[in-house]
Amino acid sequence: MRERTAIVGLGATPYYRRGASAPRTVDELVGQATLAAVADAGLRVGDVDGFAYFAGGFDSALLAETLGIPEIRFSATLTGTGGGSAGAVGLAAAAIVSGQAEVVVCVGANQQGAQRFGAITAAYPATPENAFFSASGLVGPGHMFALLARRHMHLYGTTREDFSAVALAIREHAVNNPNATLRKPLTREDYFSAPMLADPHCLYDFCLENDGAVAVIVTSLERARDLRHRPVRVLAGLHGGSRDWGRSIYWMNMPDASFASSGHAAVARRLYTMAGVSPGDIDTAQIYDHFTSQVIMQLEDYGFCARGEGGAFVRSGAIRLHGGSLPINTDGGQLSCGYVWGMTHVREAVEQLRGTAVNQVAGARLALVTGGPSVLPVSGLILSN
Amino acid sequence: MDMTSARIARRPPPGLFKLATNAWTAPFWAAARRRELVAACCADCERFRMPPTPFCPHCQSQSVDWRVLVGTGSVYSYTVVERAILPGMEPHLPYVPAVIELDGAGGVRMISNLVEVDIERIRVGMPVRVVWDEQPDASAVIARFAPA
Repeated sequence: MRERTAIVGLGATPYYRRGASAPRTVDELVGQATLAAVADAGLRVGDVDGFAYFAGGFDSALLAETLGIPEIRFSATLTGTGGGSAGAVGLAAAAIVSGQAEVVVCVGANQQGAQRFGAITAAYPATPENAFFSASGLVGPGHMFALLARRHMHLYGTTREDFSAVALAIREHAVNNPNATLRKPLTREDYFSAPMLADPHCLYDFCLENDGAVAVIVTSLERARDLRHRPVRVLAGLHGGSRDWGRSIYWMNMPDASFASSGHAAVARRLYTMAGVSPGDIDTAQIYDHFTSQVIMQLEDYGFCARGEGGAFVRSGAIRLHGGSLPINTDGGQLSCGYVWGMTHVREAVEQLRGTAVNQVAGARLALVTGGPSVLPVSGLILSN
Repeated sequence: MDMTSARIARRPPPGLFKLATNAWTAPFWAAARRRELVAACCADCERFRMPPTPFCPHCQSQSVDWRVLVGTGSVYSYTVVERAILPGMEPHLPYVPAVIELDGAGGVRMISNLVEVDIERIRVGMPVRVVWDEQPDASAVIARFAPA
């Protein structure tokens, strides 16, 4: 699959504040991002013949009907939730390499007017499995990941100073970005005077809750050469994860080393092997930042530092655009720019490799994108220009 | 000790929980009604699992022994929920979801709460013992944990 496909089109709606995209429907947001991505690629909507989704996906039948797509040849969704955001591109690449489709849209969208993601766990139906966590009042992912963060602090001495280094670096990147939701500089004092939401996570350890949609177009590298933009090649895109991670935050019986992690270690190893690169080759990483603590654990799982040393790594300034060896979340991430279930990270990696990012990493050649640490499958993507 | 400053962990809103069971989980909840903390143990390889599921992940056996545990354990991790994100949560704050490593169960853990404890005193590794809470509508009895 390596270097057989490329991302050739990018489209997005504005990042609306939670609920503010009404009266647009979520299908309308998906359609707007898809049409924008098709136009950006220099294609016609009739060229689209596939959809690759994650986290439940969307209705390809409705999209074909409303957008005027003449024939669907591939329509598939990764199982799980936000873990699949980066991996949906790998799913699209698999469809193309296997000859099932030629022009595949990967699209993600949120609309949180009726259900905010911060309290999504409480909206799950009562099931025999859910009964083993719902009595405890773990209402949202922020509560659950706080348990992993606390364990990481206990095992490795990670501190709230480390979490603050993530929040401050990523906000620094959002300040320049006209698309970002939060552009006011964040200080250490702001961070430590913010309300605690679920100890050890305070307000600034949590991502935003936006409405919006982001779509990318994936096609064969051959076809990509004739299109408008310089192709952004897919070196590797895959999903999965270890049984030791499994249902993770809904299970809480992961062995100790996996418990205080992002669950990405197995995917990371396979991703580097498929891409034929190592962590030191990555120029910029777009790391799924639903929580600052999980950024630290992903940096460990992806081998940018040893397990337990993620706190020191982020405090060293390595993740900052200015002077850092691995600038991350250069658009301001989901913490400060916009939250569209991880698809914003795919967008920013493409911008970096096209050389059109607001906070351009000089000479960026290789970009890593991670999907959300969540239930298995988690996913990753390595792109090159 | 200045008791006016102690913040005691409360119980989460009971309305968040509605019990659903199946053939594999019902014995756990039936035991809770008797105020017995039990865990599923594989009848073939004698390894525990939590929550109870139809197969032993180690040997794939479907034979289960329900073992009655001593009801003590230790805090593996915890979080203090300080902010309401659903209507009606305020009177229940702060509450403390916790992962408890259960004694005598081969290291398996359960997701529960710490209650009847000064929040400032909570530590990872702290020994705890089970306490039982009945739902207001008597639909279920829930295992929670207090300092041992």
